[in-house]
Amino acid sequence: MAVSGIKTKIGRRAFIRNTSLASGGLVLGFSWLAGCKMTPEEVDNLPREWFKLNGYLKIGDNGLVTIMSPNPEGGQNVKTSMPMIVAEELDVDWKDVIVEQAPLDTDAFTRQFIGGSQAIRRGWESLRMAGATARQMLREAAAQTWQVPVEEITTGAGMLVHKGSSRSVGYGEMASVAAKRTVPDEAPLKNLEDFKIIGTSRKNVDGLKIVTGKPLFGMDTEREGMLIAMIVHPPAFGLKLKSVDDSSARNMPGIRDIFTIKVFNEGYEKMFFDTRTFNEVVAIVGNSTWEVLQAKKALKIECEPIESSTETRDRFGSKWEQHTPAGLESTNEHFAQMAAMASKPAEVRRRDGNPEAAFKRAAKIVEATYTAPFLAHNCMEPMNFFAEVNGDKADLIGPLQKPEFTEQALSERLGIPLENIDIKMTRLGGGYGRRSYAHWLVEAALISQRMMAPVKLVYTREDDMTDGIYRPAYRATYRAALDANNELIGFHVNAGGIPESPLEENRFPAGAVAHYLAEDWTIDSNLTVGSFRAPRSNFIACAEQSFLDEVAEAAGKDPIDFRLGLLERAAQNPVGENNDYDPLRYAGVLKLVKEKAGWGQQQEGVHRGVSAYFCHNSYAAQVLDMVIENGQPRVQKVTCTLDCGIVVNPDSAKNMAEGGIVDGIGNAFFGELTFKDGVPEKDNFDRYRMIRMGEAPREIEVHFVKNDIDPTGLGEPTFPPIFAAVANALYRAKGHRYYDQPFLGRDAISG
Amino acid sequence: MATYTLNINGKEMQVEVDPSTPMLWVLREHLQLVGTKYGCGIAQCGACTIHLNGVAVRSCQLPVSAVGSQEVTSIEGLSENGDHPVQKAWLEVDVPQCGYCQAGQIMSAAALLKNNPNPGDAEIEGAMSGNICRCGTYVRIKKAIKLASQSSAS
Repeated sequence: MAVSGIKTKIGRRAFIRNTSLASGGLVLGFSWLAGCKMTPEEVDNLPREWFKLNGYLKIGDNGLVTIMSPNPEGGQNVKTSMPMIVAEELDVDWKDVIVEQAPLDTDAFTRQFIGGSQAIRRGWESLRMAGATARQMLREAAAQTWQVPVEEITTGAGMLVHKGSSRSVGYGEMASVAAKRTVPDEAPLKNLEDFKIIGTSRKNVDGLKIVTGKPLFGMDTEREGMLIAMIVHPPAFGLKLKSVDDSSARNMPGIRDIFTIKVFNEGYEKMFFDTRTFNEVVAIVGNSTWEVLQAKKALKIECEPIESSTETRDRFGSKWEQHTPAGLESTNEHFAQMAAMASKPAEVRRRDGNPEAAFKRAAKIVEATYTAPFLAHNCMEPMNFFAEVNGDKADLIGPLQKPEFTEQALSERLGIPLENIDIKMTRLGGGYGRRSYAHWLVEAALISQRMMAPVKLVYTREDDMTDGIYRPAYRATYRAALDANNELIGFHVNAGGIPESPLEENRFPAGAVAHYLAEDWTIDSNLTVGSFRAPRSNFIACAEQSFLDEVAEAAGKDPIDFRLGLLERAAQNPVGENNDYDPLRYAGVLKLVKEKAGWGQQQEGVHRGVSAYFCHNSYAAQVLDMVIENGQPRVQKVTCTLDCGIVVNPDSAKNMAEGGIVDGIGNAFFGELTFKDGVPEKDNFDRYRMIRMGEAPREIEVHFVKNDIDPTGLGEPTFPPIFAAVANALYRAKGHRYYDQPFLGRDAISG
Repeated sequence: MATYTLNINGKEMQVEVDPSTPMLWVLREHLQLVGTKYGCGIAQCGACTIHLNGVAVRSCQLPVSAVGSQEVTSIEGLSENGDHPVQKAWLEVDVPQCGYCQAGQIMSAAALLKNNPNPGDAEIEGAMSGNICRCGTYVRIKKAIKLASQSSAS
């Protein structure tokens, strides 16, 4: 195998930390096939001993390899693709690999969380090094055993080979010797052309467990003596608990206790992900879910208005002041407030040239305003967590995206040191950002601490939807100045939201327009908001890409050619210095989608919309084909092109792209959470309309730009642009522009 | 509380629960058959789909007292070794993302194919309209149903 000289320091800490553990060799606690009955063959195939070479992997004496998948799995399929990268550099056969979910261990692993489409991008080097250093230790072990130079030892499919003396041995036989060696500082990495696993489609390692209904999710956690807990929270944002009347609920069958809990201590400085809507809630604890549900219905609470407050929060080291106003907020007022803000002076984020003068001398000005409502995440698995707090020890099991950013709050609140807290990550039944804010983990722990028993806290669907940490509501007004030759000479965006701005001032078309102005504003709110698949991009991409479609039309240009023209300008002679995209890669996905979708070919009754966007380090372009059936729009096909660098697991990457597209179409058509006097007006799927199979595209085609650039993520990038592809296709189908999401309004629920 | 003898996945099983308890919780909590999922509790998402005498029903709306001696099949009883044609097709197409809704999707699909071994697109969409997949794997679900339909026919 040819090797390149790439070396890295990343992940050294992990390897050093684990060397001492490795030296003993034998590692116990193997949980392969946990929960399944093993066949005699499977038992025969189990190694007698495992040898840990670093925090990521151990090798059995029979050559089986266990690779720890460091990050939580929420459907992005990192549990398959991250170990694939380790296996590639270790140079083993994928069929000999067993994957296990790693526990939270910030010493052994870097960045164990889901978010920002970063797992593969940020894990790439350390995962490669985990495999490569282990391979190097095996080569050194062979060299030592055979008394030959290490450079002469080659590997392939889990075998060590010394050609000169015609000797070869499996990794399993050399693992005990290798485990006693020091983890090397440097190790050769494979050349990309030698990849045998990366770039080939490997099926979901949990596939069989999923289709046979094995316990995988936090909701499936079961322990001897485990109690079930649910919460009751104030019915409206802007309210807090005043008193609890549990006189009828307390004595209902199966109920153990009812009490209030406070998630954060007074004065605790919250970190970025320590967002909690209602700091004090009622906990109902009982023997079974059904019994607790009945008591939950019978419980009465009285609430009172919150007061305005300002608290200092910590955003990864930098402090910010979060202002929470009092009051009961309503959607109608929200949109009126946003409209009012748009006409006031705003914060200028970027100015190039002289935009005012450009608009003054424009031959034509195009202006449009876009809005989008709050959205609920609606993960299929409602929020839940298992906790067993016993004295000064706490064991927690469940689904969460950012364990390392939750454990501090937990430790502080329980008064238990971090080293006594063990968090095990289960498969997430969806995350999309919601499970970054794991306050329910603290709640579960507090309930267990009080009950002195293992507890599973479960939010009902209604709690999940009405006690959310939502995607903010947004508004953006765009103006474009065209000269007499229909050249874009000025561009202005004024954007804001409740309570955060969606503006990304350095994104396209910044850099492609001589006179450019981007400004924004925010409106405080007591609704809690947080990350939602491609935060901010999930709105601003739709506004920007819908607007460019309208400007292209006003300029009499083809929408793809119009964008390509701007991108050429940004590549040849960019305006400004902070443009945060690569115009050539951006143009690359547009050119590829033009070719793959057969852009320009008219099909009877098919209305096409195009969109492209760059966010979370990957480029996406989409052509959406819409038909009208029985008066309703139906997406016939989406052609999507992506540039995310090297594609680790192509079929799984396509699945992720398809999911982002379907999710985006669903939210563009139907997604909306409205509020009336602080009360969310939808609390379950009878009113909150989710996309269903009959509304999803009939076909999705995904193509990747082929290059050797280090991989970037796919959890988010296909989601933001598809909203505009929908809007632009709807315009061609219906003859008028769609500016306000959800585009299909509050139509009757299908399903 | 009352005692019920249920016919679940071909076996007799006894539970002592409140008569109003939905089969969803009987399966999940009293029998530790957790493949059937809680998603909405109001028969809108389909994550809790099981078969009652071979017909797909939402177990969150089926009280244990209404079951009697009818045959209940949950995802755990769909096949012995995960080799029901629908399960095999799901693996072949590599459908799941998060996977939470998939047992319900598979149960709806299996019931559809039992009654209609060769469904068209509109029939598939109709039969599957009660099952939400938040990750958006619908294109693959449909592809897997067609694959299962073909493999059962051959």
